[in-house]
Amino acid sequence: MRLPEQLNERIDRSRPVRFFFAGRVVEGFEGDTIGSALFASGQRVFSRGFKYHRRRGLLCCSGGCPNCMMRVDGVPNVRVCTEPVREGAHVHAQNVLGSLEHDLLAAVDHFGGPFTPVGFYYRTMIRPRSLWPLYERFLRNVAGLGRLDKHAGRTRRFDTEHRRTEVLVIGGGRSGREAARSAAAAGRQVVLVDERGAPADGAFEVLAPARAIGIYEGGLVPVDAGNVLYRFRAERIVVATGALEQPLLFPGNDLVGVHLPGAVRRLVDEWSIKPGERAVIVSADERGLAVADKLERAGTSVVERIDLRSAPPRQLAARGSRGRLRSVVVDGREIECDLLVMSGGRQPAYSLLAQAGARVEYDAERGIFVPSDLPSNVEAVGSAAGEQEPAAVPAATFEGAEGAGRCFVCVCEDVTEKDVKRAIAEGFDSIELGKRYTTVTMGPCQGRLCHVPSIRLFARENETDEKAIGTTTARPPWAPVSLGLLAGRGHEPTKRTSIHHRHEEAGATMMWTGFWRRAHSYEHAANEALNVHRGVGVIDVSTLGKLLVQGPDAARFLELLYPNRFGDMKVGRIRYGVLGTDAGRIMDDGTIARLGEDQYYVTTTSTGADTVIEWFEWWNAVWGLDVETVNLTGALAAVNVAGPRSRELLGRLAQIDTSNEGISYLDAKETYVAGVPCLILRIGFVGELGYELHFASPYGEYLWDALLEYGADLGIRPFGLEPQRILRLEKMHILVGQDTDSESNVLEAGMPWIAKLDKEDFVGKWALEHVQERGFREQLVGFEMTDGVVPAEGGQIVLGGRPAGRVTSSRLSPQLGRAIGMAWVRPELAHEGAEIDIKVNGGFARACVRLKPFFDPEGERLRS
Amino acid sequence: MSFLLNCPNCGPRDVNEFACAGEVTSRPKALPDLRGLTDYVYFRRNVAGVQREWWYHRFGCEIWFLAERDTRTNEVLKTELPQASAGTSSAG
Repeated sequence: MRLPEQLNERIDRSRPVRFFFAGRVVEGFEGDTIGSALFASGQRVFSRGFKYHRRRGLLCCSGGCPNCMMRVDGVPNVRVCTEPVREGAHVHAQNVLGSLEHDLLAAVDHFGGPFTPVGFYYRTMIRPRSLWPLYERFLRNVAGLGRLDKHAGRTRRFDTEHRRTEVLVIGGGRSGREAARSAAAAGRQVVLVDERGAPADGAFEVLAPARAIGIYEGGLVPVDAGNVLYRFRAERIVVATGALEQPLLFPGNDLVGVHLPGAVRRLVDEWSIKPGERAVIVSADERGLAVADKLERAGTSVVERIDLRSAPPRQLAARGSRGRLRSVVVDGREIECDLLVMSGGRQPAYSLLAQAGARVEYDAERGIFVPSDLPSNVEAVGSAAGEQEPAAVPAATFEGAEGAGRCFVCVCEDVTEKDVKRAIAEGFDSIELGKRYTTVTMGPCQGRLCHVPSIRLFARENETDEKAIGTTTARPPWAPVSLGLLAGRGHEPTKRTSIHHRHEEAGATMMWTGFWRRAHSYEHAANEALNVHRGVGVIDVSTLGKLLVQGPDAARFLELLYPNRFGDMKVGRIRYGVLGTDAGRIMDDGTIARLGEDQYYVTTTSTGADTVIEWFEWWNAVWGLDVETVNLTGALAAVNVAGPRSRELLGRLAQIDTSNEGISYLDAKETYVAGVPCLILRIGFVGELGYELHFASPYGEYLWDALLEYGADLGIRPFGLEPQRILRLEKMHILVGQDTDSESNVLEAGMPWIAKLDKEDFVGKWALEHVQERGFREQLVGFEMTDGVVPAEGGQIVLGGRPAGRVTSSRLSPQLGRAIGMAWVRPELAHEGAEIDIKVNGGFARACVRLKPFFDPEGERLRS
Repeated sequence: MSFLLNCPNCGPRDVNEFACAGEVTSRPKALPDLRGLTDYVYFRRNVAGVQREWWYHRFGCEIWFLAERDTRTNEVLKTELPQASAGTSSAG
């Protein structure tokens, strides 16, 4: 039932909104929250306590306390007192077995026994050990709040946005708006963030409803604006978070009908709801007492006002039935009522300031903790800075009365006065230890309601004062935040080559290699590999890293980076290079073509491109040589045409003489292929005569099509990554990262010819010299299975019952008709024909060590 | 980590745009003994205080630069481009 229309009410009575709650339809108005609409419909119980499952009502009605958390449209832990109504929403109670009115778990409140005191699970559920699975299942069922809808799928999308402003004001109350206005008037760019929908203002930007969830290092302020997380950087941060109404600790203080003044004020002023029939007010400040006027206006009779500043009672207790307030006992007098407004004064909301580095000290006279020593770029205004009317310092707790029940210090975690006393008696007498043991201040309210009262109680029980007890560390987040918002949207890129669509059209199976999408195979990997041996195949290798290294010091630079020699290379020649670190580790490999006196074209592995470019740039920064590197990875496409008939194909399309004399093995030539300017590298990492064409990316599909068209009668077919792996394994070419790890160096990996140890210096030289001095510990070799079985990659090699190595690559070679592979083995096994046993399916399979390429060992086909 | 770093090219940017390659170490001039090599490749001083380190503006202008950062507070005292004569390095 609503009161007659008021001037400043928030609701628009001409616009009703309906939603579902517990199987019934509830009607509210535009401007209502789900909580206010439920309250207006007569609902008083909004949740059940965390542990005892006692009924709970709208305590703060401003989004601070845990009492109104419900599941709204599948999202758990929504505070319905601040969640705007929306048409057709499905609202459900949480943390109940049954209904809010009949919650079976409420039995805990009556027969708790040993299973309710603080930390009970540390004491009662440890033995017998065999019962732990049972305990665990029980605890999992009762612990935590809310349930996730496991079938919800992705229903919301979250994003992160980086923002900058000159002045960021947190809090849209009177002081916050004043600060924002004056900064804007001074010509500053201002953004104001307000958690309750502050209205827009012409002078500055208002973000509302939105919550600053912390002040992090460097003045980073993440702001939760629903589906967007703004990461704010501001030159000046103005904290105007106001003050938090504090509860009083007395037995029965959690009954439905006990409210903080703000709840009553909002119910009456904003939503025109009569909060009760007979009210008692107990207040430490004028603000609390001032609620009386509002109540009278709403038709609630205020039967008693107790001003803690003038006549604090010794005894204060609330009695109820079925969880609802029935009467209040004050110094022996029982006063019947259904509404109790309690106010223990207001505590400055200093958490964000403390996170920013402010000191927080107790002001004994005013009974509040006040921030001081703010960092230079942070400012506090209004109540957050401690500006407020004087209030009485309330007693830590009040004397109880018969039948008044428990006195709650923390309603989030159901921690009672008795629990705190017990924790102190057990030795957890510092507030930080007490907090962790009792979990007081660790619930959803983030200490808004329980921080100061628990410190007061700790002070009294330890016979000291609040100053000596001190505060606990304020940590973000200051307000609960959805995990989805913190995770944001994934920004992992997908890279596609310029020929990508041709692979899809050809029905290729695509696979991930790093961020790249590549063709695994088009139909049958083995057939594609055979086609390269017998005719001609083409593979898209646009994913290779491509770098231009140029400048007067280019040769010297590369000679310092690689174990190889490059200065002696003729222009137009190519050399295979292996990049290493000063630890001797192989980090990447590729080809280096000398295009000019001072210009080299370097290719890297597909997944190593970014690392290699950073590596080059870094060494260049260290040495300061006269050389520059240009990353052409995305700018250029590349295809490898391989097979005995590749020359014939290229002869039809290229403008150069493609004979062995015209372009011989390891030659690099610039020419036109099908009219496209190309750099042709005659290399053959798949073991057959081959040409790698590098050209501008936009020509990708055109050149691909031209090759397939002009090679059709030669039987050209595209081949994917899998046939390529078979082909290169036949040639015993290493795959960095597959055949090598963080311990692998070129010497033990069987490529001693790479390392020119007579060079004065190169990255990794010393490590290789030490390897040579100490002798080999293991070596990378090839192996051939004596039967057809293909051992698993990673499979163990065993010698005399002891581990003697591991398989790194293995495939069935369709060309050779044998299972082949590469493996790291102990040096004594690294000779041609050595017999090794590899673990396969629990048994062993015999293999022979091979040191030369399985296919075309002398490279005759390559050079042909 | 959420501090700002002053890229010599781009100005103050969120630290998440950068990659840190660790403290600046010095590469031996000639073949070190195994101990010396191990020290250079693997060991770091790991100071609690001001440290000179390499940073890379990976999601920005892709430049390498040097920063002096207090490892206790993350206060960045100085950033600068390396000098050609720096003669310093790290194992990366």
